[in-house]
Amino acid sequence: MKKRLLIAMAAGLLVSTAASAQTLRIGLNEDPDVLDPHRARTFVGRIVFTSLCNKLVDITPDLKFTPELATEWQWGDDGKSLTFKLRPGVKFHDGEPLNAAAVKANIERARSLPDSLRKSELTSVDNVEAVDDLTVKVNLSRADATLLSQLSDRAGMMMSPKALASADFGQKPVCSGPYKFVERVQNDRIVLEKFADHWDAKNFNFERIVFQPIPDTTVRLANLRSGNLDLIERLAPSDVPAAKGDSNLVFAPVSGIGYQGLTINTNNGERAKSKLGQDKRVRQALELSIDRNVINEVVGAGIYPPAGQPFPEASPYNNPKFMATQRDVAKAKQLLKEAGVDRVKFELTFGTGTTAQQIAEIIQAMAAETGFDITLRPTEFAAMQKEAQAGNFDVNVIGWSGRVDPDGNIHPFVTCKGALNDGKYCNEQVDKLLNDARIINDEAKRKQLYDQAQEILKQDLPIIYTYYQPWPFVHTKKVQNFKPYPDGMIRLKGVKFAS
Amino acid sequence: MLRYIGRRILIAIPTLIIVSLLVFALQKLLPGDPVLTMAGEERDPQVLEYLRQKYRLDDPIPVQYFAWIGSALTGNLGISLRTDIPVLDLIMSKLPVTLELAILAMIVALAIGIPAGIISAVKKGTTVDYAANVIALSGLSIPNFWLGIMLIMLISVRWQLLPASGYVPPTEDLWLNIKTMIMPAFVLGTGLAASLMRHTRSAMLGVMRSDYIRTARAKGLLSRKVILKHALRNALIPIVTLSTLLFGELLAGAVLTEQIFTIPGFGKLIVDAVFNRDYAVVQGVVLCTAVGFIFMNLVADVLYVLVNPRLRHSA
Repeated sequence: MKKRLLIAMAAGLLVSTAASAQTLRIGLNEDPDVLDPHRARTFVGRIVFTSLCNKLVDITPDLKFTPELATEWQWGDDGKSLTFKLRPGVKFHDGEPLNAAAVKANIERARSLPDSLRKSELTSVDNVEAVDDLTVKVNLSRADATLLSQLSDRAGMMMSPKALASADFGQKPVCSGPYKFVERVQNDRIVLEKFADHWDAKNFNFERIVFQPIPDTTVRLANLRSGNLDLIERLAPSDVPAAKGDSNLVFAPVSGIGYQGLTINTNNGERAKSKLGQDKRVRQALELSIDRNVINEVVGAGIYPPAGQPFPEASPYNNPKFMATQRDVAKAKQLLKEAGVDRVKFELTFGTGTTAQQIAEIIQAMAAETGFDITLRPTEFAAMQKEAQAGNFDVNVIGWSGRVDPDGNIHPFVTCKGALNDGKYCNEQVDKLLNDARIINDEAKRKQLYDQAQEILKQDLPIIYTYYQPWPFVHTKKVQNFKPYPDGMIRLKGVKFAS
Repeated sequence: MLRYIGRRILIAIPTLIIVSLLVFALQKLLPGDPVLTMAGEERDPQVLEYLRQKYRLDDPIPVQYFAWIGSALTGNLGISLRTDIPVLDLIMSKLPVTLELAILAMIVALAIGIPAGIISAVKKGTTVDYAANVIALSGLSIPNFWLGIMLIMLISVRWQLLPASGYVPPTEDLWLNIKTMIMPAFVLGTGLAASLMRHTRSAMLGVMRSDYIRTARAKGLLSRKVILKHALRNALIPIVTLSTLLFGELLAGAVLTEQIFTIPGFGKLIVDAVFNRDYAVVQGVVLCTAVGFIFMNLVADVLYVLVNPRLRHSA
């Protein structure tokens, strides 16, 4: 009897080891917010959604669109409609079919739910038509070139219409992704398990995915090195040497679609009425004072590629003409002289954190040489946001996680009424160019408009871009076929453990 | 006796009201706008407006306060602005975690602090005493977060003996639970052990000088018996009081320890809530903590009266 029990226990142990061998543990930088794609706001939440919820379309590493729930799509002749053919036989995690009616219900929810954060992404949508069971036509009130990219992210994630009726959807999401929701313990873990009926199930190799929020990057890396985690995101540059030096780890950074930069208060309240806010030559001098390569090498451990424009290198809208300027102290001094100033004082506000502090100090030191006296003001992030909106700043360090469509990286920040235009920079010409670029689907024509807008912005400099936000992933050697994407998401298709 | 308890409860009510007011006011004094944090990167003005109305943030502050305290009185602490989870559920799920950590840390502190204090008192003026003092001072002065990271680097990364961080409920896997809690309990406990050691030492020295100890020694009792039975018992009284006071400190210390070891407890809950401007959670957690402290004080007062006849008469 005793022997039997022992054998049974040993067998049980083996089974549990085998099961855990197929569990992928991912260390996240923070705990996601509500797990409802229409109401969610965090970047980290999108990482979880990538495994949990399929979207109408996905992107490739070079930022092209690729089929996911929709197998093909077609713009209407006037650019005012977008028709999707849906993949047949797709099921939600609760067994409900994914069809045109479900897509219609989802897009309508995203547009009408009072606290939907997707409304601003779908303003051009007039109505959604279920043409037949697997054909959906989205009718627009105006042409909108950004729509497809919106539908490649949270706005295009499909949730089971039946489950949407429940009040606690955000705690128990039901989508159609390769993994379904099991449990969540706030601040501790989110557990997903393989959805056997997924249309592409054979390409997803893990039985379980466990997301663990570990905010301290050193501790996150320590967990990876000690074998508690298999993959981590957003490693701090200061930990890069440790990750590179560990022969059991693979350091897999990718330059992202987001950027960091300095927003200058040019038009928001009293504090805009400074030399820096009013004279573009002073702003140009500031830009010329900064050596972005130093930021990249000293703070960024080589993963902070210098940025001179809002469009990342992977984007077809990136123009080498607007590459980051080189540092030129003599020219900067000359510009200050032309502007009739000797020394310029301003306050640089940035979110608290080691990296941000280091960058601010480097900028302070570099700009001091040309004639800027910068006071540094580290501010807790939520407080900084409010001050920025109220115009209570001279120069703010900003970061943007980036959008696939160029519009999302530029329009809200520099158009007169842009929701994220804290400095309230306003130039009618730029507004017109960027508004026009929103409604043209032709890539070449769009690029021309963006180039023209950049030409002006490069002179006016309401924002000085500093570097492209990288997504530094690290995983153990055991994890194979992992490919980092510029949007920072973790796509698990084809990823497996070494056998 | 009942009258005494009744009076104590009545006294607790204004304290609670003041606490609730303070919590609410502090929250409002925090810079930043919770709605901006909630509305995500895009900050859609329509959504901002909706959220402001939903959470009544445009109402006058007294109206907001009464709405909150009104529902708190009915046991409804609201829902987390960030995750939609009811605040009460969050508190109930995080509290046991922090209590476990605090109790384990207390055990570590007592197990190290008291024996070290005794030895140091008995061997006063010797190398052992100085060594114990140096260790105690280091324990007091080494910051939690540094010790935590060092232990993770050494024990988890280099030797791979214990998990670097995280938490497993004891109901799920007791052994794993203990393994995850050893380092945090040690880190949190050592700081306390140091102050316990210092107090035990001075209490012991005081008692060792008293007449009855000399008498005991004169009677020819074994030295060990004199120290452990006669001296320690009397010296323990102030130490026990100190330990109960330190327990509160432990809960506060857990805030930092939980951050380092990513333990999903009370401390991590409140820190994350403050950073995310999750008002409902911050208010709920602080209010619950205050109620807990007031209740514990009440219990302690009642116990004192029961134990000490002199207090009973004055009550």
